[in-house]
Amino acid sequence: MTLFSRKTFAHGIHPPGLKDDTKGLPIRQFPFAPVLVVPLSQHIGKPAVPVVREGQEVIRGQCIAQPDGFLSVAMHAPASGVVRRIGLTPSITGRMTSGIFIEPFPASTQEVPEGTPCDAATANPEEIVAAIQQAGVVGLGGAGFPTHAKLKMPEGKSVDTLLVNGAECEPYLTTDHRVMLEHSDDVFAGIPYLMRATGATRTIIGVEANKLDAAAVLNAAIPDGAPITVETLPVKYPQGAEKMLIKALLGREVPSGGFPLDVHAICTNVTTTAEIGRLLPRGLGIQERVVTIGGPGIKNKGNYRVPIGTPLRFVLEWAGMEENLTRVFLGGPMMGQAVSSLDIPITKGSSGVIGFTSCESSPLNDSKHYPCIRCGYCVDACPIFLNPSQLGLLAENGEYLRMSEDFHLMDCFECGCCTFVCPSHIQLVQHFRIAKAALRKAKVEAKAKDDAKDEPKPKDEPKAEAKAKMLA
Amino acid sequence: MKRLAKILDIRSSPHVASGQSVDVIMFNVVLALLPVTAFAVYTFGLAAILTLATAVASCVGTEYALCRFTGRETSIGDWSSTVTGILYGLTLPPSLALWMVAVGGIIAVSLGKFLFGGLGYNPFNPALVGRTVLQATFPVAMTNWPATPVDRFTSVPSSTLAWPFTEPAYDAVSTATPLASWKFEQEMTDTGDLLLGTVSGSVGETCTLLILLGGLYLVARRMMNWRIPVAILLTVALFSGLLNLSNPKHYADPLFMWLSGGLMLGSVFMATDMVGCPMTHPGCVLYGILIGVLVVVIRVWGGMPEGVMYAILLGNAASPLIDNWIQPRVYGTTGNQS
Repeated sequence: MTLFSRKTFAHGIHPPGLKDDTKGLPIRQFPFAPVLVVPLSQHIGKPAVPVVREGQEVIRGQCIAQPDGFLSVAMHAPASGVVRRIGLTPSITGRMTSGIFIEPFPASTQEVPEGTPCDAATANPEEIVAAIQQAGVVGLGGAGFPTHAKLKMPEGKSVDTLLVNGAECEPYLTTDHRVMLEHSDDVFAGIPYLMRATGATRTIIGVEANKLDAAAVLNAAIPDGAPITVETLPVKYPQGAEKMLIKALLGREVPSGGFPLDVHAICTNVTTTAEIGRLLPRGLGIQERVVTIGGPGIKNKGNYRVPIGTPLRFVLEWAGMEENLTRVFLGGPMMGQAVSSLDIPITKGSSGVIGFTSCESSPLNDSKHYPCIRCGYCVDACPIFLNPSQLGLLAENGEYLRMSEDFHLMDCFECGCCTFVCPSHIQLVQHFRIAKAALRKAKVEAKAKDDAKDEPKPKDEPKAEAKAKMLA
Repeated sequence: MKRLAKILDIRSSPHVASGQSVDVIMFNVVLALLPVTAFAVYTFGLAAILTLATAVASCVGTEYALCRFTGRETSIGDWSSTVTGILYGLTLPPSLALWMVAVGGIIAVSLGKFLFGGLGYNPFNPALVGRTVLQATFPVAMTNWPATPVDRFTSVPSSTLAWPFTEPAYDAVSTATPLASWKFEQEMTDTGDLLLGTVSGSVGETCTLLILLGGLYLVARRMMNWRIPVAILLTVALFSGLLNLSNPKHYADPLFMWLSGGLMLGSVFMATDMVGCPMTHPGCVLYGILIGVLVVVIRVWGGMPEGVMYAILLGNAASPLIDNWIQPRVYGTTGNQS
């Protein structure tokens, strides 16, 4: 382990860490809510397909929904109980999605029966990829991208290095920190699966220097002879972003519009890795995840193993809320999304539940907005080296196409650095999200139009019919 | 719980911010200008107090009046017009008639800033726009430098209180600025006097040490891009140094170039105005080099002894072009942005 490494990326910001409240607290088990709602879409890709019926009894850990195609993962019952219904539930995106409502049996022991194990030493890459998909593993850092989809090597691509992301650069969040401290064995159990599936020959675990205790624990636990190193990285946001981690640890840049594979690297979150190491040897699926419940609006702050599908209402009631709690968001404060409904359940991507009180009047949101004074703070902050100021001015004029064609809008991964530093309190990153969404929509519509052109025009048919009628 | 569901505060991320704010930055510029301002008052007495007060009042008053007139929310709370007022006042000769000061202040904010859309949209430094107009309109008054009178705290130069639209009468004693005496009489001024500001000149341009002190404060608070003054000063030193080496009798030495006239005040406080300078660090360096070259060219070969004002305005004019040329290289790409 190299202490005080200078390996990092250029630009970025230094938000306050705010991790002291929870980083010393061991992971505790969270109780079962009266009803758990497992959304069928907790990942990027197609929703899973339910394989249970309403009224059916399920055992904790049992597969309740199967992946629909390759870019999709399985879902597992978070508790032994009965399926009450399969219906719509609010989601963090603001849209309603389908979910399986499970009522846990109060008297059940909630034991998880083991399934078919997958052995890292003997399984071939295809088997590992299938096992990870079947275990329902998605990026637990919050991105929600199905992990197995990253591991499947396309023709002609190869990977030399597996990067395990223990940066956890978001303020407040300490789940990765606790997992590294308490479950380093799981992390090292998971790494062989990932290396075997991808063909990577070495592994680097990147840990930010504010978690030196975790880095030390991991370093001491490296199995003898394993090609694994632990690197500490300077504390800087967004060090945990895939592109930044690859730049810091390997000095490589993922090409614009490309994937880490293009620079022979693969990146997985440390908790995801630990979860693979915990689940696969026993043939289990994800039925809970570690969540940091914290922020000034929460009374019993801590790291909890929360069953997937626990409604936020239950989380907040159980953890205790301050009187003046006003804002709740899932994930860290830099990229986390504020919730619009307390019926939204915890999903695989929920790394944190952070509560703000009316006291944390974010200067960004509550104070006066000024025009852009071209101070260049955002230009100095953007880890992708975009010009957010210029992009912001274009966004205000609705020049979305120019933003993407001339100023690389699509390379923005919405880390929020520009908005964090803006002294004019301009919601730059929100402008960019809107612009990107509008461009994606325009692209889909243009494609639909093109498709319609190729096919015989359905519009003309009624006209032709009417003409025929008139003639007759 | 029901209460919470009703008042859930839905905002887009990030949910935390640096706490930096335009009004805080501008207020800190005012703070950084205080030592210079205090020294100006000490040196020039009542005349400086009246000049600065009139400059600030005319700038802030114009901003307020224009906001009222156009039905906008008043923007004087962002302190930017106060900064403009102080900077503008500091660049004026201490004997300038107050009505001229007011005319320049009104022009600075109305034509220099508000006409373009207010804060953030002005292509030129408003304070310098005001001064340029005065320089062109009242060339005699703008180049009259009275000697520092002993009774400066009890009396005011008669020219200061001239009635509007009358020709001010000047008190007999007038002295040349160090740059003017170098240019027209080939007389050099003592370096120590230049550093401490015990020479004649505009209200606030004389004391180099205090200007640097204010600049260091802003750099320490990350409210100023130090690359700009450094680039300007190094360019001036290099360029004038080469000239000086070629003919020491004809061309002044770099130290004199640095310390005389408005170079320090201009490069530290005016060229660094965030609105008018390029956004990238390499762009700022290029901008600084451009200004530095222009300063020497105007001072050495121009008709006037001082060229900092025009050099900065030309730099301002070039900065959108520099921004167009120099954009950061985007991660994962090889070329520059358009």
